[in-house]
Amino acid sequence: MSHLATVLADGDPWVRWSWVADHGDVIMGALREHIVLTVQAVLLGLVVAVPVSLAAVRWRWLQAPAFSLAGILYTIPSLALFAILVPWTGLSHTTALIPLASYTLFILTRNIVTGLEGVPPAVKDAADGMGYGPTARLVKVELPLALPSIMAGIRLATISTIGLVTVTALIGLGGLGQLINDGLTRDFRTPLVIGSVLSVLLAIVADVLLLGVQRVATPWTRAGR
Amino acid sequence: MDFLGRVYDWFADGQNWSGNSGIPNRLIEHLQLTLVAMLIALVIAFPIGLVLGHTRRGGNVAVNVSNIGRAIPSFALLVLGAQLWGIGEIEGMSKAALLALIALAIPPIITNTYVGMSQVDESIRDSAKGVGMRSTQRMLRVELPIALPLVFAGIRISALQVVATATLAAVVASGGLGRFIVDGIAVRDFPKVFAGALLVAALALTIEGVLALGQRVMVSDGLRAEGPRAVRQPGLEAQGSMLLVEAGSIPNREEAP
Repeated sequence: MSHLATVLADGDPWVRWSWVADHGDVIMGALREHIVLTVQAVLLGLVVAVPVSLAAVRWRWLQAPAFSLAGILYTIPSLALFAILVPWTGLSHTTALIPLASYTLFILTRNIVTGLEGVPPAVKDAADGMGYGPTARLVKVELPLALPSIMAGIRLATISTIGLVTVTALIGLGGLGQLINDGLTRDFRTPLVIGSVLSVLLAIVADVLLLGVQRVATPWTRAGR
Repeated sequence: MDFLGRVYDWFADGQNWSGNSGIPNRLIEHLQLTLVAMLIALVIAFPIGLVLGHTRRGGNVAVNVSNIGRAIPSFALLVLGAQLWGIGEIEGMSKAALLALIALAIPPIITNTYVGMSQVDESIRDSAKGVGMRSTQRMLRVELPIALPLVFAGIRISALQVVATATLAAVVASGGLGRFIVDGIAVRDFPKVFAGALLVAALALTIEGVLALGQRVMVSDGLRAEGPRAVRQPGLEAQGSMLLVEAGSIPNREEAP
């Protein structure tokens, strides 16, 4: 208890750059693992969310149960959801991945369904009139028009996943949370600050990148302005 | 399965129901931390969102606050908080945990209250003016009731984060149900970890359920998304569930004539 107070009184600097210089590989490794977990979680989330959302648009009665289930998963605190899986999957990558992907479902299904239902009926009629079959209409007309909403969901899911990945350090996994945890257990500010700052930066960079992808993928949203 | 049997035994063990580290005390600690943080955050954030939304000023600030808040991992905030504010206690609650939780709870309340208030239809605002209501009356008696579903959505998002982060607070020497998980992992006592996780999950779902119920009771029937008199705003689900506000979706009111 008094140990921390001593450290504070001594004025431990927030960042010791010599430590950063010596531990470049540790930091890069943590960053890489953080990115890998985030990308895997969002992709896995999409693999589940897209078919579920398509089904929920096609059969509307599916929406309430699908959203409720995703909402319940979303409500369970991350540490608890990781902990619930530990007995079955151990302190492993899978234990981190399943909850992370589950959390994205709430955001993704909602945004995909909202996007698809926002396609004006007149546009669908026009596509039918031009001879599109159901699949072609979905892929070539409805999904592109729903893209802004879908991308907004992916951005939101990605940012929240990046934050949640830090928690996986508590079940012994890597990622930037490991640096934060390391700083916490050793009362050493540098890794703690580096881990936190990199996590925030990663979220911002990911958001900007995805926004760029969205802009490129939906050129018509800017046309005529 | 044998494992679930051991979890059952853990719950059946009288030792786990008494004393400082018993379930009742940990639950009270968790609830106390959550409630106090939420109340303080509400007192700070709600008036700000209310006034900004009513006057339709500072929309960018109100929205960006929540976007920045979202990018900061709660775990990092908690650990940084412990460094900044030490591990002192206020009324038996970890000071660092309490301050971090308050900081986390504020942005969604400000943003959602702002968005809810500022999205009230112009014709409704004009009618209220037309019948001679003053600014404060319009804000509290016309705009706020209409904004209530979104205000509640903000409170629910905050409460969710606070309950979850209060669990994590166990790593910075705070009490609460997270202790079972963190301490259990430390000694690889997985039945204890699992039992703690079940308790946390049950608490989070209960709090969400209570808030949803509170919303049902307080929000006017005319604003429900279901039913014959449904008022559905595009992109804004007025119904129960949590709204996730996106920066790009907020119309810039300042541009209006």
